[in-house]
Amino acid sequence: MNSFVRFGQYLIMLGSLFSKSEKRSMYWHETLRQMNDIGVGSLPIVAIIATFIGAVTALQTGYQMLSSFVPKYYVGFIVRDSMLLELGPTICSLILAGKVGSNIATELGTMRISEQIDALDVMGINSRAYLIRPKLIAALIVIPMLIIIGVFLGCYGGYLACSISGFMTPSEFTRGLREFFEPYNVYIMLVKSLVFAFIMTTVSCFHGYYASGGALEIGKASTAAVVQSCICIIISDYLLATILL
Amino acid sequence: MIQINNLNKSFGEQLVLQNITTTFYDGQCNLIIGKSGSGKSVMMKCLVGLMRIDCGEILYDNRNFWQLPKLQQKDTKKDIGMLFQGGALFDSLTIEENVLFPLNMFSKMNISEKKERVNFCLQRVNLTNANNKYPSEISGGMKKRVALARAIVLNPKYLFCDEPNSGLDPQTSIVIDELIRELTYEFKMTTIVNTHDMNSVMEMGDNVLYLHQGKKHWQGSNKEILHSNNEELEDFIFASKFLKELKKTTF
Repeated sequence: MNSFVRFGQYLIMLGSLFSKSEKRSMYWHETLRQMNDIGVGSLPIVAIIATFIGAVTALQTGYQMLSSFVPKYYVGFIVRDSMLLELGPTICSLILAGKVGSNIATELGTMRISEQIDALDVMGINSRAYLIRPKLIAALIVIPMLIIIGVFLGCYGGYLACSISGFMTPSEFTRGLREFFEPYNVYIMLVKSLVFAFIMTTVSCFHGYYASGGALEIGKASTAAVVQSCICIIISDYLLATILL
Repeated sequence: MIQINNLNKSFGEQLVLQNITTTFYDGQCNLIIGKSGSGKSVMMKCLVGLMRIDCGEILYDNRNFWQLPKLQQKDTKKDIGMLFQGGALFDSLTIEENVLFPLNMFSKMNISEKKERVNFCLQRVNLTNANNKYPSEISGGMKKRVALARAIVLNPKYLFCDEPNSGLDPQTSIVIDELIRELTYEFKMTTIVNTHDMNSVMEMGDNVLYLHQGKKHWQGSNKEILHSNNEELEDFIFASKFLKELKKTTF
């Protein structure tokens, strides 16, 4: 029963995001601030992880193909499509759910227990819309950008790994990257990025906004935000794969 | 003026406020006092619209707040300033930005007019040279003063203060009390203060409402309170042995 109530609360929260802004310029200013926090703040971790995932994928694919008759340049093709279809959007989103999700839940949870959200409500400001909508818009703009960068860096990581290990020449890897390119895969990547961005932001905002109690509860809210975001991302990943592929 | 008629509020089976009827007057410091758990904070949250009431009426200048359409409720809220227990300042904003926030949201002033108003409010609460500091860089007393400046920046008709002295030393408490009293008289606001500090009661209690177990037990001025015959109120005022002895010898 409690889960149904919570889900209802979540839907009400989403509904209230579409109410009229008190002042658009303030919302826009907050959105820019969030874009900086979510986007610029998460760039290093996404860059590092995507590069190494690309590198490892290239090496492991190469290792499995050592004794087969498959041409070596297929490694580039596999790295590119793995990054586009799965590793880029899903792994980057899972990492961002950890970083951005816990950040959002903690920020809103702290605002709740220190009465900052009450202060907004007393002023006559729709606190849900003011605090959550800018985060959501920022995430929907910035997270797909981060994932695009991640995919490029993943391919570059694969290129570097193959070049350094001497398994194949850089030109062979580049040829693989160019072969059999399917633009629809980019579309899938973008759809996944948007859905995952929506999930991680709204789930984290929900846990933070409705946090109650003290520091302990904020910790719990933050953990719940990350865990539930990750589970929802994985499930929606499967559903999207079923629908889109 | 704020009128409350038969206000009731419960959480599940537990009745927190029972049939409260009272009036808070313009240009006066109206105090709600009572022990912890007596329903003071819940009553204040009901008054400012943070909690729904079960039944009864809350009339802001004869307008029934809970029966107003949403838009008019929002307009009424623009006439409310509130000082929260911990200040509730926005951590990511500087002191100046905190006070500027309601102006940015609701006023049509230009930037220089807004800055002038912010500086006026900060000076009015005796806070200068702190504009660019963050809430984490200032003391508890300063936070309360910034919160007070933010509460009055839109010239509210009604000022609510939730335990303005909590966590402050006695001297700073008196400074905050005096500020609230001065601002109330200066701007002719209807001020409602939630407190259990007897210094505050004696300092600024023009109209004092005593709550006990969610019920209104006594109402009067700070001059009348020491001579009341209400047993619970006496226990509350003269809580310590020292004060009880003092009462026997003085009154």
